[in-house]
Amino acid sequence: MSVPMKDGSIKRRPLKRGWTDTLLLVVLLLAVWQGLAWVIGAAELPSPFTTIAFTGRLLTSPSFWPHLLETAKAFGVALLLSVVIGLATGFLLGMNRFAGDLLEPVLVAVYSVPKITLYPILLLLFGLGIAAKVAFGTIHGVIPIALFTLAAVRNTRPVLLKTGRVMGLSTREMISGILLPAAMPEIFTGLRLGFSLTLIGTLLGEMFASQRGLGFMLMNAIGLHNVDVIMALTFLLVLFAGCASGFLLYLNRRFYQHV
Amino acid sequence: MTAAKKVQIATVAPKVHVSLGAVDKEFAQPGRPGEIVHALGPVDLDLRQGEFFAVVGPSGCGKSTLLELVAGLSTATRGEVAFEGRPIHGRIPDGIGVVFQEDASFPWLSVHDNIAFGLRRMKIDRAERERRIGVALDMMGLSAFARSFPAQLSGGMRQRVCIARTLVTEPRLILLDEPFGALDQQTRLLMGDEVLNLWRKTGATVLLITHSLDEAALLADRIGVMSARPGRLIDIVETGWPRDRDSRIAQEEAFGAITARLWRLLRGESLKAMGKVGGET
Ligand SMILES: Nc1ncnc2c1ncn2[C@@H]1O[C@H](COP(=O)(O)OP(=O)(O)OP(=O)(O)O)[C@@H](O)[C@H]1O
Ligand SMILES: [Mg+2]
Repeated sequence: MSVPMKDGSIKRRPLKRGWTDTLLLVVLLLAVWQGLAWVIGAAELPSPFTTIAFTGRLLTSPSFWPHLLETAKAFGVALLLSVVIGLATGFLLGMNRFAGDLLEPVLVAVYSVPKITLYPILLLLFGLGIAAKVAFGTIHGVIPIALFTLAAVRNTRPVLLKTGRVMGLSTREMISGILLPAAMPEIFTGLRLGFSLTLIGTLLGEMFASQRGLGFMLMNAIGLHNVDVIMALTFLLVLFAGCASGFLLYLNRRFYQHV
Repeated sequence: MTAAKKVQIATVAPKVHVSLGAVDKEFAQPGRPGEIVHALGPVDLDLRQGEFFAVVGPSGCGKSTLLELVAGLSTATRGEVAFEGRPIHGRIPDGIGVVFQEDASFPWLSVHDNIAFGLRRMKIDRAERERRIGVALDMMGLSAFARSFPAQLSGGMRQRVCIARTLVTEPRLILLDEPFGALDQQTRLLMGDEVLNLWRKTGATVLLITHSLDEAALLADRIGVMSARPGRLIDIVETGWPRDRDSRIAQEEAFGAITARLWRLLRGESLKAMGKVGGET
Protein backbone atom coordinates (compact mmCIF):
# COMPACT_ATOMS: atom_id res chain seq x y z
CA MET A 1 0.00 0.00 0.00
CA SER A 2 2.67 2.47 0.95
CA VAL A 3 4.99 3.60 -1.74
CA PRO A 4 8.65 3.37 -0.94
CA MET A 5 10.19 6.24 -2.82
CA LYS A 6 13.71 6.72 -4.01
CA ASP A 7 14.38 9.51 -1.59
CA GLY A 8 13.06 7.36 1.22
CA SER A 9 10.03 9.44 2.07
CA ILE A 10 6.65 7.83 2.51
CA LYS A 11 3.62 10.02 2.59
CA ARG A 12 0.68 8.35 4.22
CA ARG A 13 -1.99 9.39 6.61
CA PRO A 14 -1.61 7.61 9.94
CA LEU A 15 -4.54 5.17 9.96
CA LYS A 16 -3.22 3.41 13.06
CA ARG A 17 -3.32 6.44 15.28
CA GLY A 18 -6.92 7.05 14.20
CA TRP A 19 -7.86 3.69 15.68
CA THR A 20 -6.31 4.24 19.08
CA ASP A 21 -7.89 7.70 19.21
CA THR A 22 -11.29 6.18 18.47
CA LEU A 23 -10.81 3.54 21.14
CA LEU A 24 -9.86 6.22 23.65
CA LEU A 25 -12.97 8.20 22.79
CA VAL A 26 -15.20 5.14 23.23
CA VAL A 27 -13.65 4.36 26.63
CA LEU A 28 -14.12 8.00 27.66
CA LEU A 29 -17.77 7.98 26.60
CA LEU A 30 -18.43 4.76 28.50
CA ALA A 31 -16.78 6.25 31.60
CA VAL A 32 -18.92 9.39 31.41
CA TRP A 33 -22.01 7.24 30.89
CA GLN A 34 -21.13 5.09 33.92
CA GLY A 35 -20.48 8.22 36.00
CA LEU A 36 -23.83 9.71 35.04
CA ALA A 37 -25.58 6.42 35.83
CA TRP A 38 -24.13 6.55 39.34
CA VAL A 39 -25.18 10.16 39.87
CA ILE A 40 -28.67 9.93 38.34
CA GLY A 41 -29.47 6.41 39.50
CA ALA A 42 -29.86 3.20 37.59
CA ALA A 43 -33.66 3.45 37.44
CA GLU A 44 -33.47 6.56 35.24
CA LEU A 45 -30.20 5.84 33.44
CA PRO A 46 -29.04 2.23 33.35
CA SER A 47 -25.27 1.73 33.42
CA PRO A 48 -23.35 0.66 30.28
CA PHE A 49 -23.09 -2.86 31.58
CA THR A 50 -26.84 -3.22 32.22
CA THR A 51 -27.62 -1.72 28.83
CA ILE A 52 -25.25 -4.01 26.97
CA ALA A 53 -26.64 -7.02 28.82
CA PHE A 54 -30.18 -5.95 28.00
CA THR A 55 -29.25 -5.34 24.39
CA GLY A 56 -28.02 -8.91 24.24
CA ARG A 57 -31.35 -10.16 25.54
CA LEU A 58 -33.23 -7.92 23.10
CA LEU A 59 -31.25 -9.27 20.18
CA THR A 60 -32.14 -12.84 21.14
CA SER A 61 -35.85 -12.17 21.60
CA PRO A 62 -37.85 -13.20 18.50
CA SER A 63 -40.23 -10.22 18.67
CA PHE A 64 -37.33 -7.81 17.99
CA TRP A 65 -36.27 -9.06 14.57
CA PRO A 66 -39.38 -8.18 12.53
CA HIS A 67 -39.04 -4.60 13.77
CA LEU A 68 -35.38 -4.47 12.86
CA LEU A 69 -36.07 -5.95 9.46
CA GLU A 70 -38.81 -3.42 8.80
CA THR A 71 -36.51 -0.53 9.66
CA ALA A 72 -33.65 -2.03 7.69
CA LYS A 73 -35.87 -2.31 4.62
CA ALA A 74 -37.18 1.24 4.90
CA PHE A 75 -33.72 2.63 5.64
CA GLY A 76 -32.10 0.68 2.80
CA VAL A 77 -34.56 1.99 0.23
CA ALA A 78 -34.39 5.53 1.64
CA LEU A 79 -30.59 5.49 1.56
CA LEU A 80 -30.51 4.21 -1.99
CA LEU A 81 -32.91 6.96 -3.07
CA SER A 82 -30.99 9.63 -1.15
CA VAL A 83 -27.70 8.63 -2.73
CA VAL A 84 -28.97 8.24 -6.28
CA ILE A 85 -31.13 11.38 -6.30
CA GLY A 86 -28.57 13.35 -4.31
CA LEU A 87 -25.66 12.49 -6.61
CA ALA A 88 -27.71 13.06 -9.76
CA THR A 89 -28.97 16.43 -8.54
CA GLY A 90 -25.50 17.44 -7.38
CA PHE A 91 -23.88 16.57 -10.70
CA LEU A 92 -26.61 18.20 -12.75
CA LEU A 93 -26.51 21.45 -10.81
CA GLY A 94 -22.74 21.38 -10.40
CA MET A 95 -22.17 21.05 -14.13
CA ASN A 96 -24.72 23.70 -15.05
CA ARG A 97 -23.61 27.02 -13.64
CA PHE A 98 -26.93 28.80 -14.12
CA ALA A 99 -29.18 26.10 -12.72
CA GLY A 100 -26.75 25.63 -9.85
CA ASP A 101 -26.73 29.31 -8.92
CA LEU A 102 -30.51 29.36 -9.15
CA LEU A 103 -31.30 26.25 -7.14
CA GLU A 104 -28.52 26.07 -4.57
CA PRO A 105 -30.14 28.67 -2.25
CA VAL A 106 -33.44 26.82 -2.61
CA LEU A 107 -31.81 23.58 -1.50
CA VAL A 108 -30.14 25.31 1.42
CA ALA A 109 -33.49 26.84 2.44
CA VAL A 110 -35.28 23.49 2.26
CA TYR A 111 -32.42 21.91 4.18
CA SER A 112 -32.82 24.35 7.05
CA VAL A 113 -36.59 23.84 7.34
CA PRO A 114 -37.39 21.40 10.17
CA LYS A 115 -38.48 18.39 8.15
CA ILE A 116 -41.11 17.49 10.70
CA THR A 117 -43.24 20.31 9.31
CA LEU A 118 -43.31 18.44 6.00
CA TYR A 119 -44.52 15.27 7.60
CA PRO A 120 -48.27 15.89 7.35
CA ILE A 121 -47.87 16.54 3.64
CA LEU A 122 -45.92 13.33 3.17
CA LEU A 123 -48.53 11.37 5.07
CA LEU A 124 -51.20 12.76 2.80
CA LEU A 125 -49.15 11.84 -0.24
CA PHE A 126 -47.97 8.40 0.81
CA GLY A 127 -50.35 7.28 3.54
CA LEU A 128 -49.29 5.31 6.60
CA GLY A 129 -46.75 2.58 6.06
CA ILE A 130 -43.39 2.03 4.50
CA ALA A 131 -43.68 4.56 1.66
CA ALA A 132 -44.05 7.49 4.05
CA LYS A 133 -41.09 6.31 6.12
CA VAL A 134 -38.92 5.97 3.05
CA ALA A 135 -39.96 9.41 1.85
CA PHE A 136 -39.20 10.92 5.23
CA GLY A 137 -35.80 9.27 5.39
CA THR A 138 -35.02 10.37 1.84
CA ILE A 139 -35.86 14.05 2.32
CA HIS A 140 -33.51 14.12 5.28
CA GLY A 141 -30.59 12.55 3.48
CA VAL A 142 -30.90 13.70 -0.10
CA ILE A 143 -30.18 17.40 0.34
CA PRO A 144 -26.82 17.22 2.11
CA ILE A 145 -25.63 14.69 -0.47
CA ALA A 146 -26.81 16.95 -3.28
CA LEU A 147 -25.25 20.07 -1.73
CA PHE A 148 -21.87 18.46 -1.07
CA THR A 149 -21.81 16.91 -4.54
CA LEU A 150 -22.75 20.21 -6.14
CA ALA A 151 -19.97 22.08 -4.35
CA ALA A 152 -17.45 19.34 -5.11
CA VAL A 153 -18.29 19.21 -8.80
CA ARG A 154 -18.28 22.98 -9.14
CA ASN A 155 -14.92 23.26 -7.38
CA THR A 156 -13.23 20.81 -9.72
CA ARG A 157 -10.22 22.66 -11.10
CA PRO A 158 -11.02 23.92 -14.62
CA VAL A 159 -7.68 22.78 -15.96
CA LEU A 160 -8.60 19.15 -15.21
CA LEU A 161 -11.79 19.55 -17.22
CA LYS A 162 -9.88 21.21 -20.05
CA THR A 163 -7.52 18.24 -20.07
CA GLY A 164 -10.51 15.95 -20.49
CA ARG A 165 -11.99 18.09 -23.24
CA VAL A 166 -8.76 18.15 -25.21
CA MET A 167 -8.65 14.36 -24.97
CA GLY A 168 -12.10 14.30 -26.52
CA LEU A 169 -13.92 12.73 -23.58
CA SER A 170 -17.68 12.30 -23.87
CA THR A 171 -19.90 13.68 -21.12
CA ARG A 172 -20.18 10.23 -19.60
CA GLU A 173 -16.43 9.69 -19.64
CA MET A 174 -15.93 13.18 -18.25
CA ILE A 175 -18.13 12.35 -15.25
CA SER A 176 -16.73 8.90 -14.55
CA GLY A 177 -13.13 9.71 -15.44
CA ILE A 178 -12.64 13.19 -14.02
CA LEU A 179 -15.55 14.81 -12.21
CA LEU A 180 -16.42 11.87 -9.98
CA PRO A 181 -12.90 10.99 -8.82
CA ALA A 182 -11.98 14.66 -8.40
CA ALA A 183 -15.09 15.28 -6.32
CA MET A 184 -15.00 11.99 -4.42
CA PRO A 185 -13.39 13.11 -1.15
CA GLU A 186 -15.99 15.85 -0.70
CA ILE A 187 -18.81 13.59 -1.88
CA PHE A 188 -17.80 11.13 0.83
CA THR A 189 -18.36 13.79 3.46
CA GLY A 190 -21.84 14.37 2.03
CA LEU A 191 -22.48 10.62 2.00
CA ARG A 192 -21.52 10.26 5.64
CA LEU A 193 -23.80 13.10 6.63
CA GLY A 194 -26.57 11.86 4.35
CA PHE A 195 -26.27 8.37 5.80
CA SER A 196 -26.84 9.53 9.39
CA LEU A 197 -29.63 11.92 8.45
CA THR A 198 -31.43 9.30 6.37
CA LEU A 199 -31.32 6.96 9.36
CA ILE A 200 -32.68 9.64 11.68
CA GLY A 201 -35.37 10.55 9.14
CA THR A 202 -36.47 6.95 8.73
CA LEU A 203 -36.70 6.46 12.50
CA LEU A 204 -38.61 9.71 12.95
CA GLY A 205 -41.00 8.54 10.27
CA GLU A 206 -41.56 5.33 12.20
CA MET A 207 -42.01 7.14 15.49
CA PHE A 208 -44.94 9.21 14.37
CA ALA A 209 -46.95 7.08 12.04
CA SER A 210 -46.14 3.43 12.06
CA GLN A 211 -47.01 0.26 13.89
CA ARG A 212 -43.69 -1.41 13.11
CA GLY A 213 -39.98 -0.75 13.10
CA LEU A 214 -37.39 0.38 15.62
CA GLY A 215 -38.81 3.91 15.65
CA PHE A 216 -42.18 2.55 16.66
CA MET A 217 -40.53 0.39 19.33
CA LEU A 218 -38.74 3.42 20.64
CA MET A 219 -41.91 5.52 20.74
CA ASN A 220 -43.71 2.69 22.46
CA ALA A 221 -40.96 2.34 25.05
CA ILE A 222 -41.03 6.07 25.70
CA GLY A 223 -44.79 5.85 26.29
CA LEU A 224 -44.33 2.96 28.71
CA HIS A 225 -41.29 4.58 30.27
CA ASN A 226 -39.31 1.42 29.56
CA VAL A 227 -35.83 2.83 30.12
CA ASP A 228 -34.05 -0.42 29.37
CA VAL A 229 -35.53 -0.69 25.90
CA ILE A 230 -34.93 3.00 25.19
CA MET A 231 -31.30 2.68 26.19
CA ALA A 232 -30.75 -0.57 24.32
CA LEU A 233 -32.23 0.80 21.10
CA THR A 234 -30.34 4.06 21.35
CA PHE A 235 -27.17 2.11 22.03
CA LEU A 236 -27.72 -0.10 18.98
CA LEU A 237 -28.47 2.83 16.70
CA VAL A 238 -25.47 4.84 17.85
CA LEU A 239 -23.28 1.78 17.45
CA PHE A 240 -24.60 1.18 13.94
CA ALA A 241 -24.30 4.80 12.82
CA GLY A 242 -20.83 5.08 14.34
CA CYS A 243 -19.57 1.92 12.65
CA ALA A 244 -21.06 2.88 9.30
CA SER A 245 -19.57 6.37 9.43
CA GLY A 246 -16.22 4.92 10.41
CA PHE A 247 -16.40 2.45 7.56
CA LEU A 248 -17.13 5.21 5.02
CA LEU A 249 -14.25 7.22 6.42
CA TYR A 250 -12.00 4.20 6.12
CA LEU A 251 -13.06 3.66 2.48
CA ASN A 252 -12.39 7.29 1.70
CA ARG A 253 -8.91 7.14 3.21
CA ARG A 254 -8.19 3.80 1.66
CA PHE A 255 -8.95 4.89 -1.89
CA TYR A 256 -8.07 8.55 -1.67
CA GLN A 257 -5.12 8.54 0.67
CA HIS A 258 -3.00 10.36 -1.88
CA VAL A 259 -5.36 13.18 -2.71
CA MET B 1 -6.87 16.49 -53.06
CA THR B 2 -4.94 14.06 -55.23
CA ALA B 3 -1.68 12.50 -54.15
CA ALA B 4 0.21 14.22 -56.94
CA LYS B 5 -1.04 17.61 -55.88
CA LYS B 6 -0.14 16.91 -52.26
CA VAL B 7 3.44 16.12 -53.18
CA GLN B 8 3.61 19.23 -55.30
CA ILE B 9 2.47 21.42 -52.42
CA ALA B 10 4.91 19.76 -50.07
CA THR B 11 7.82 20.53 -52.35
CA VAL B 12 6.80 23.98 -53.51
CA ALA B 13 5.73 25.49 -50.19
CA PRO B 14 5.55 24.06 -46.69
CA LYS B 15 2.05 22.91 -45.83
CA VAL B 16 0.10 25.05 -43.43
CA HIS B 17 -0.94 23.03 -40.37
CA VAL B 18 -2.63 25.71 -38.28
CA SER B 19 -3.80 29.06 -39.51
CA LEU B 20 -5.14 32.05 -37.65
CA GLY B 21 -6.83 34.70 -39.73
CA ALA B 22 -7.43 38.12 -38.13
CA VAL B 23 -8.23 36.47 -34.81
CA ASP B 24 -9.43 38.58 -31.89
CA LYS B 25 -10.44 37.47 -28.44
CA GLU B 26 -12.40 39.62 -26.05
CA PHE B 27 -13.60 38.64 -22.60
CA ALA B 28 -16.76 39.91 -20.98
CA GLN B 29 -16.28 40.92 -17.36
CA PRO B 30 -18.64 39.00 -15.13
CA GLY B 31 -20.64 41.40 -12.99
CA ARG B 32 -19.67 44.37 -15.11
CA PRO B 33 -21.87 44.27 -18.21
CA GLY B 34 -20.66 46.27 -21.17
CA GLU B 35 -17.04 46.19 -20.08
CA ILE B 36 -14.83 43.94 -22.12
CA VAL B 37 -11.18 43.00 -21.95
CA HIS B 38 -9.50 42.85 -25.33
CA ALA B 39 -7.07 40.03 -24.58
CA LEU B 40 -5.69 39.19 -27.99
CA GLY B 41 -5.43 40.27 -31.57
CA PRO B 42 -5.83 40.80 -34.30
CA VAL B 43 -3.43 37.95 -34.99
CA ASP B 44 -2.54 36.50 -38.38
CA LEU B 45 -0.33 33.45 -38.21
CA ASP B 46 0.34 30.27 -40.15
CA LEU B 47 2.09 27.38 -38.46
CA ARG B 48 3.82 25.18 -41.00
CA GLN B 49 3.46 21.43 -40.91
CA GLY B 50 6.19 20.01 -38.68
CA GLU B 51 7.74 23.26 -37.54
CA PHE B 52 8.71 24.21 -34.02
CA PHE B 53 7.16 27.59 -33.30
CA ALA B 54 7.75 29.48 -30.08
CA VAL B 55 5.78 32.44 -28.77
CA VAL B 56 7.28 34.96 -26.39
CA GLY B 57 5.61 38.02 -24.96
CA PRO B 58 5.08 39.96 -21.77
CA SER B 59 2.99 38.49 -18.99
CA GLY B 60 -0.74 38.86 -19.54
CA CYS B 61 -0.43 39.59 -23.26
CA GLY B 62 -2.73 36.77 -24.29
CA LYS B 63 -0.38 33.84 -24.91
CA SER B 64 -2.50 31.30 -23.04
CA THR B 65 -5.57 32.78 -24.70
CA LEU B 66 -3.97 32.14 -28.09
CA LEU B 67 -3.20 28.55 -27.14
CA GLU B 68 -6.76 27.87 -26.00
CA LEU B 69 -8.09 29.21 -29.29
CA VAL B 70 -5.86 26.86 -31.26
CA ALA B 71 -6.83 23.94 -28.98
CA GLY B 72 -10.51 24.64 -29.62
CA LEU B 73 -11.11 25.23 -25.91
CA SER B 74 -12.46 28.70 -26.60
CA THR B 75 -13.91 30.46 -29.61
CA ALA B 76 -12.49 33.56 -31.27
CA THR B 77 -14.56 36.72 -30.95
CA ARG B 78 -13.60 37.62 -34.52
CA GLY B 79 -11.61 35.87 -37.20
CA GLU B 80 -11.02 32.20 -37.83
CA VAL B 81 -8.74 29.46 -36.56
CA ALA B 82 -8.21 26.45 -38.78
CA PHE B 83 -6.44 23.16 -38.07
CA GLU B 84 -5.48 20.88 -40.96
CA GLY B 85 -7.58 22.98 -43.28
CA ARG B 86 -10.75 22.79 -41.25
CA PRO B 87 -12.02 25.68 -39.13
CA ILE B 88 -12.28 25.19 -35.38
CA HIS B 89 -15.50 26.51 -33.92
CA GLY B 90 -15.29 25.63 -30.26
CA ARG B 91 -15.13 22.04 -31.46
CA ILE B 92 -12.06 20.23 -30.27
CA PRO B 93 -10.23 18.53 -33.11
CA ASP B 94 -8.54 15.18 -32.82
CA GLY B 95 -4.77 14.98 -32.91
CA ILE B 96 -4.02 17.91 -30.63
CA GLY B 97 -2.17 17.49 -27.35
CA VAL B 98 -1.95 20.26 -24.77
CA VAL B 99 0.27 20.81 -21.75
CA PHE B 100 -1.23 23.58 -19.67
CA GLN B 101 0.53 26.28 -17.72
CA GLU B 102 -1.02 25.06 -14.46
CA ASP B 103 -0.50 21.64 -12.96
CA ALA B 104 -3.11 19.38 -14.54
CA SER B 105 -2.05 16.01 -13.13
CA PHE B 106 -4.90 13.93 -11.73
CA PRO B 107 -4.23 13.63 -7.99
CA TRP B 108 -6.23 10.41 -7.64
CA LEU B 109 -4.10 8.50 -10.16
CA SER B 110 -0.54 7.24 -9.86
CA VAL B 111 2.07 8.66 -12.21
CA HIS B 112 1.76 5.56 -14.37
CA ASP B 113 -2.04 5.79 -14.54
CA ASN B 114 -1.91 9.52 -15.20
CA ILE B 115 0.22 8.88 -18.25
CA ALA B 116 -2.00 5.98 -19.30
CA PHE B 117 -5.18 8.09 -19.04
CA GLY B 118 -5.25 9.40 -22.60
CA LEU B 119 -3.89 6.18 -24.03
CA ARG B 120 -6.62 3.99 -22.56
CA ARG B 121 -9.13 5.68 -24.82
CA MET B 122 -7.14 4.93 -27.94
CA LYS B 123 -7.37 1.62 -29.70
CA ILE B 124 -3.92 0.32 -28.93
CA ASP B 125 -3.14 -2.95 -27.23
CA ARG B 126 -1.83 -3.26 -23.72
CA ALA B 127 1.73 -4.18 -24.62
CA GLU B 128 2.14 -1.17 -26.89
CA ARG B 129 0.56 1.05 -24.26
CA GLU B 130 2.98 -0.12 -21.58
CA ARG B 131 5.88 0.26 -23.95
CA ARG B 132 4.98 3.87 -24.68
CA ILE B 133 4.46 4.63 -21.00
CA GLY B 134 7.84 3.11 -20.20
CA VAL B 135 9.53 5.25 -22.84
CA ALA B 136 7.77 8.39 -21.61
CA LEU B 137 8.63 7.70 -17.96
CA ASP B 138 12.23 7.19 -18.92
CA MET B 139 12.33 10.29 -21.08
CA MET B 140 10.90 12.47 -18.33
CA GLY B 141 13.12 10.94 -15.65
CA LEU B 142 10.15 9.55 -13.76
CA SER B 143 10.80 5.79 -13.98
CA ALA B 144 11.44 5.50 -10.24
CA PHE B 145 8.17 7.26 -9.50
CA ALA B 146 5.75 5.31 -11.68
CA ARG B 147 3.79 4.14 -8.64
CA SER B 148 3.91 7.45 -6.78
CA PHE B 149 1.02 9.88 -6.65
CA PRO B 150 1.17 13.55 -7.67
CA ALA B 151 0.92 14.71 -4.04
CA GLN B 152 4.22 12.93 -3.43
CA LEU B 153 5.98 14.77 -6.24
CA SER B 154 7.49 18.22 -6.62
CA GLY B 155 5.82 20.81 -8.83
CA GLY B 156 8.36 20.28 -11.60
CA MET B 157 7.88 16.52 -11.49
CA ARG B 158 4.12 16.93 -11.74
CA GLN B 159 4.60 19.13 -14.77
CA ARG B 160 6.73 16.40 -16.31
CA VAL B 161 3.92 13.91 -15.67
CA CYS B 162 1.61 16.18 -17.66
CA ILE B 163 4.13 16.47 -20.49
CA ALA B 164 4.47 12.68 -20.59
CA ARG B 165 0.69 12.22 -20.53
CA THR B 166 0.34 14.46 -23.56
CA LEU B 167 3.28 13.12 -25.53
CA VAL B 168 2.40 9.41 -25.26
CA THR B 169 -0.74 9.97 -27.33
CA GLU B 170 1.54 11.13 -30.19
CA PRO B 171 -0.47 14.19 -31.20
CA ARG B 172 0.08 15.77 -34.61
CA LEU B 173 0.01 19.20 -33.03
CA ILE B 174 1.60 19.72 -29.62
CA LEU B 175 0.67 22.86 -27.68
CA LEU B 176 2.93 23.62 -24.75
CA ASP B 177 2.07 26.48 -22.39
CA GLU B 178 5.21 27.22 -20.40
CA PRO B 179 5.70 23.51 -19.72
CA PHE B 180 9.08 24.01 -18.09
CA GLY B 181 8.03 26.89 -15.88
CA ALA B 182 8.47 24.91 -12.67
CA LEU B 183 11.85 23.46 -13.62
CA ASP B 184 15.37 24.61 -12.87
CA GLN B 185 17.57 25.88 -15.69
CA GLN B 186 19.56 22.64 -16.09
CA THR B 187 16.48 20.42 -16.18
CA ARG B 188 14.83 22.84 -18.59
CA LEU B 189 17.69 22.38 -21.02
CA LEU B 190 17.51 18.59 -20.79
CA MET B 191 13.72 18.54 -21.14
CA GLY B 192 14.07 20.85 -24.13
CA ASP B 193 16.39 18.34 -25.75
CA GLU B 194 13.91 15.55 -25.09
CA VAL B 195 11.10 17.54 -26.69
CA LEU B 196 13.34 18.29 -29.68
CA ASN B 197 14.08 14.59 -29.99
CA LEU B 198 10.45 13.70 -29.94
CA TRP B 199 9.59 16.47 -32.36
CA ARG B 200 12.16 15.12 -34.82
CA LYS B 201 10.98 11.55 -34.41
CA THR B 202 7.23 12.14 -34.73
CA GLY B 203 7.24 15.02 -37.19
CA ALA B 204 4.63 16.81 -35.08
CA THR B 205 4.07 20.54 -35.21
CA VAL B 206 4.96 22.22 -31.92
CA LEU B 207 3.64 25.50 -30.55
CA LEU B 208 5.64 26.41 -27.46
CA ILE B 209 4.74 29.33 -25.25
CA THR B 210 7.53 30.41 -23.00
CA HIS B 211 8.73 33.18 -20.73
CA SER B 212 12.31 32.34 -21.47
CA LEU B 213 13.90 34.07 -24.46
CA ASP B 214 16.80 31.60 -24.26
CA GLU B 215 14.45 28.69 -24.46
CA ALA B 216 12.67 30.12 -27.48
CA ALA B 217 15.97 30.87 -29.23
CA LEU B 218 17.26 27.39 -28.44
CA LEU B 219 14.31 25.27 -29.46
CA ALA B 220 12.32 26.98 -32.17
CA ASP B 221 12.51 27.28 -35.94
CA ARG B 222 10.59 30.53 -35.72
CA ILE B 223 9.74 32.76 -32.78
CA GLY B 224 6.64 34.92 -32.66
CA VAL B 225 7.11 38.01 -30.53
CA MET B 226 3.96 39.43 -29.01
CA SER B 227 3.09 42.94 -27.92
CA ALA B 228 1.58 43.88 -24.57
CA ARG B 229 -2.16 43.22 -24.24
CA PRO B 230 -4.05 43.09 -26.54
CA GLY B 231 -1.39 40.73 -27.87
CA ARG B 232 -0.44 41.10 -31.52
CA LEU B 233 2.53 39.62 -33.32
CA ILE B 234 5.07 42.40 -33.65
CA ASP B 235 7.66 40.25 -35.35
CA ILE B 236 8.57 36.71 -36.30
CA VAL B 237 12.22 35.79 -35.87
CA GLU B 238 13.67 32.93 -37.92
CA THR B 239 16.42 31.08 -36.07
CA GLY B 240 17.71 29.05 -38.99
CA TRP B 241 18.82 26.11 -36.82
CA PRO B 242 19.27 22.70 -38.45
CA ARG B 243 16.66 20.08 -37.63
CA ASP B 244 19.06 17.89 -35.65
CA ARG B 245 20.03 20.49 -33.08
CA ASP B 246 20.31 20.27 -29.33
CA SER B 247 20.99 22.56 -26.38
CA ARG B 248 24.67 22.85 -27.30
CA ILE B 249 23.78 25.48 -29.90
CA ALA B 250 23.57 27.83 -26.91
CA GLN B 251 27.32 28.28 -27.37
CA GLU B 252 27.01 29.52 -30.91
CA GLU B 253 27.32 33.15 -31.81
CA ALA B 254 24.00 33.22 -33.63
CA PHE B 255 22.23 32.21 -30.42
CA GLY B 256 23.37 35.35 -28.63
CA ALA B 257 22.30 37.44 -31.60
CA ILE B 258 18.81 35.93 -31.56
CA THR B 259 18.21 36.47 -27.85
CA ALA B 260 19.54 40.01 -28.14
CA ARG B 261 17.11 40.68 -30.97
CA LEU B 262 14.20 39.20 -28.99
CA TRP B 263 15.02 41.35 -26.00
CA ARG B 264 15.26 44.49 -28.16
CA LEU B 265 11.78 43.73 -29.49
CA LEU B 266 10.33 42.93 -26.09
CA ARG B 267 11.83 45.48 -23.69
CA GLY B 268 9.40 48.24 -24.52
CA GLU B 269 6.41 45.91 -24.56
CA SER B 270 7.33 44.42 -21.21
CA LEU B 271 7.55 47.87 -19.66
CA LYS B 272 4.15 48.69 -21.13
CA ALA B 273 2.71 45.47 -19.74
CA MET B 274 3.96 46.44 -16.30
CA GLY B 275 2.05 49.71 -16.59
CA LYS B 276 5.20 51.80 -16.99
CA VAL B 277 5.71 54.24 -19.82
CA GLY B 278 8.79 53.26 -21.70
CA GLY B 279 9.20 51.93 -25.13
CA GLU B 280 12.67 53.45 -25.63
CA THR B 281 14.78 50.64 -26.93
N1 LIG C 1 -11.54 33.77 -18.75
C1 LIG C 1 -11.14 35.07 -18.76
N2 LIG C 1 -12.01 36.05 -18.43
C2 LIG C 1 -11.61 37.33 -18.46
N3 LIG C 1 -10.38 37.74 -18.77
C3 LIG C 1 -9.47 36.82 -19.11
C4 LIG C 1 -9.79 35.43 -19.11
N4 LIG C 1 -8.70 34.74 -19.48
C5 LIG C 1 -7.74 35.65 -19.68
N5 LIG C 1 -8.19 36.91 -19.47
C6 LIG C 1 -7.42 38.15 -19.64
O1 LIG C 1 -6.78 38.10 -20.87
C7 LIG C 1 -5.47 38.60 -20.77
C8 LIG C 1 -4.48 37.60 -21.32
O2 LIG C 1 -4.45 36.44 -20.47
P1 LIG C 1 -3.51 35.20 -20.78
O3 LIG C 1 -3.74 34.21 -19.72
O4 LIG C 1 -3.71 34.78 -22.18
O5 LIG C 1 -2.06 35.86 -20.62
P2 LIG C 1 -0.64 35.17 -20.80
O6 LIG C 1 0.04 35.88 -21.91
O7 LIG C 1 -0.77 33.71 -20.89
O8 LIG C 1 0.07 35.58 -19.45
P3 LIG C 1 1.18 34.79 -18.62
O9 LIG C 1 2.45 34.92 -19.39
O10 LIG C 1 1.25 35.53 -17.34
O11 LIG C 1 0.70 33.39 -18.48
C9 LIG C 1 -5.23 38.94 -19.32
O12 LIG C 1 -5.30 40.34 -19.20
C10 LIG C 1 -6.35 38.30 -18.58
O13 LIG C 1 -6.78 39.12 -17.54
MG1 LIG D 1 -0.34 32.15 -19.72
